[in-house]
Amino acid sequence: MDKQEKIEMYRQMVLIRKFEDKAGEMYMQGKIGGFLHLYIGQEAVAVGFISALRPDDYVIGAYREHGQALARGADPKRVMAELFGRSTGLSRGKGGSMHMFDLEHNFLGGHGIVGGGMPLAAGMGLAVNYRETDQVVTCFFGDGAVNEGAFHESLNLVSLWNLPVIYVCENNQYGMGTAVARASSLPEIFRRAQCYDLDTESVDGMDVLACRDAADRAIRRARKEKAPRFIEAVTYRYRGHSMADPGTYRTKEEIEEWRTKDPIERFRQSLEGTLTAEDAQRIEEEMNSVIAEAVEFADKSEELPAEALYEDVYA
Amino acid sequence: MAQMTYRQALNQAMREEMQRDPDVYLIGEDVGEYEGAYKVSEGLLQEFGPKRVIDTPISEEAIAGAGIGSAMVGLRPIVEMMTINFALLAMDQIVNHAAKLRYMSGGQLKIPLVLRAPQGAGMQLGAQHSQNLESWFLHVPGLKVVAPSTPYDAKGLLKSSIRDDNPVIFFEHELLYGVKGEVPEEDYSVPLGVAEVRRAGSDVTIVSYLRMVNIALGAAKALESQGVEAEVIDLRTLKPMDLDTLVGSLKKTHRLVVVEEDYKTCGTGSEIVASLQKEAFDYLDAPMERVATAEVPMPYAKNLERAALPSEQSVIDAVYRTLARETYQLTRV
Repeated sequence: MDKQEKIEMYRQMVLIRKFEDKAGEMYMQGKIGGFLHLYIGQEAVAVGFISALRPDDYVIGAYREHGQALARGADPKRVMAELFGRSTGLSRGKGGSMHMFDLEHNFLGGHGIVGGGMPLAAGMGLAVNYRETDQVVTCFFGDGAVNEGAFHESLNLVSLWNLPVIYVCENNQYGMGTAVARASSLPEIFRRAQCYDLDTESVDGMDVLACRDAADRAIRRARKEKAPRFIEAVTYRYRGHSMADPGTYRTKEEIEEWRTKDPIERFRQSLEGTLTAEDAQRIEEEMNSVIAEAVEFADKSEELPAEALYEDVYA
Repeated sequence: MAQMTYRQALNQAMREEMQRDPDVYLIGEDVGEYEGAYKVSEGLLQEFGPKRVIDTPISEEAIAGAGIGSAMVGLRPIVEMMTINFALLAMDQIVNHAAKLRYMSGGQLKIPLVLRAPQGAGMQLGAQHSQNLESWFLHVPGLKVVAPSTPYDAKGLLKSSIRDDNPVIFFEHELLYGVKGEVPEEDYSVPLGVAEVRRAGSDVTIVSYLRMVNIALGAAKALESQGVEAEVIDLRTLKPMDLDTLVGSLKKTHRLVVVEEDYKTCGTGSEIVASLQKEAFDYLDAPMERVATAEVPMPYAKNLERAALPSEQSVIDAVYRTLARETYQLTRV
């Protein structure tokens, strides 16, 4: 990886962090409704895994997916406009926080049912093999999904049929308010996938370069040998499950402890010599203005007219 | 025209569409080597190979999801559920995903998928293998629902469903697979959303779909001998529903009987009757009648199963109620 690419990854992580901070602020101001699940703390996972992909590969996420959409190249203006429920949003304001779709960048959602994206990813992998092309599918979901039937059915299919699907489980320690140890008979999530005879591994999800390495390895195998892989990225969300989360299930000390492993700060330190203090400062300022523009764009955008209610139900 | 069974007509529709469009493929439990639990996919594996006729493990959620995922990126899957009863395991994928992806993506995605499933009772298969679940799917915006009663329609409607860019739930009836009918040699299709008048009449309109059309036609024949001319309408597509044809018929007959194999409560007939009391209020001369399956889990015992299902006699009784006349008893069974 060259210097420019690393700086670009750093820039994306800062973008996601600032975007999510601002989204939380806009929610508190009443500009954003519904559920809002912020990605803060998990930036290394989206950026590490998505930066390794080609534009023609497929990415699918769950409902904490703003960061993944942004890392995939979605326009921050249109992501913010979607959160604001405006016509200029990625999904014309019909999807909202949990349903970001950007077909131009092969970003295929945005799915609000835990584990629901996993069979869809298998189907995309099936389509790749059907067409005899060499794309890969990267599918993100949380630790809660491993307890769903869809998880097991999907892992069996991708392994049985050699589908080029990379399943990335973002283990952020909690399925809403339930700690992994209270939900999973094996607290090491990656072991849950091992009986399906596919490559599995666990990676430090607070380390963007470790995520990138894992992604590169997985993609090589998936592209050339059609080998699926299951990767657990061990990470942490700093904020609540959603904005409505009282956070009574974990301690302040625990959150502080994880913050000492902050993925952006850690990456910045590891880039010393590559990324100067001035570079970091400049990126910071650039991203501030990108976010300010996104908010302004969203705020000024029109809502869809009421007649649009019935559009997009059928093709 | 050739004579063929409902099963053969469905098979031909899939075969011809797969020949026409390389993006069309079939996926499901035992659709390949076993050639389908009801032998609908006979010969397809041999002709198209395992890439396009895909046998799956017993994983309904993943089968439906894989079909939907492949449709999201441009393929046109035909997903076979061995029976509709098993589709309950795939409801999350069908209802939360297939039906909503276009809307949630602001029109970016289309899901050109057909989910075929046999349903229905009458073979002593007991409560878990005899359900009629069309109203579950009718309830969901984003889905289309098709229910053919003849070989001709089975082929023509399946072709239209495969060519449609939306998720289509395509109901087949287990007792219709062996029924024969005329099917043209040449390529044809039957448009979705258009009902068919199976029998013209002036005294009462009987509306039905799937196997119950045959019950309705049998009842109409018996009624003819009593001087009652029943018009029988086969809906063919349940969603979108062709209300215009029903209203047109009511303008003539002023009486309606719905015959359905599902349950009355929130069933297809509920929707038909509710729509028509608004669209055809001024043409009605009698309360609309509904004939449906008894609201019990389907029993195994032959006599009880028969008692649970609509019969020609129960249709005749309903027709006479709309005429405010004493009913008459069928002498044959």
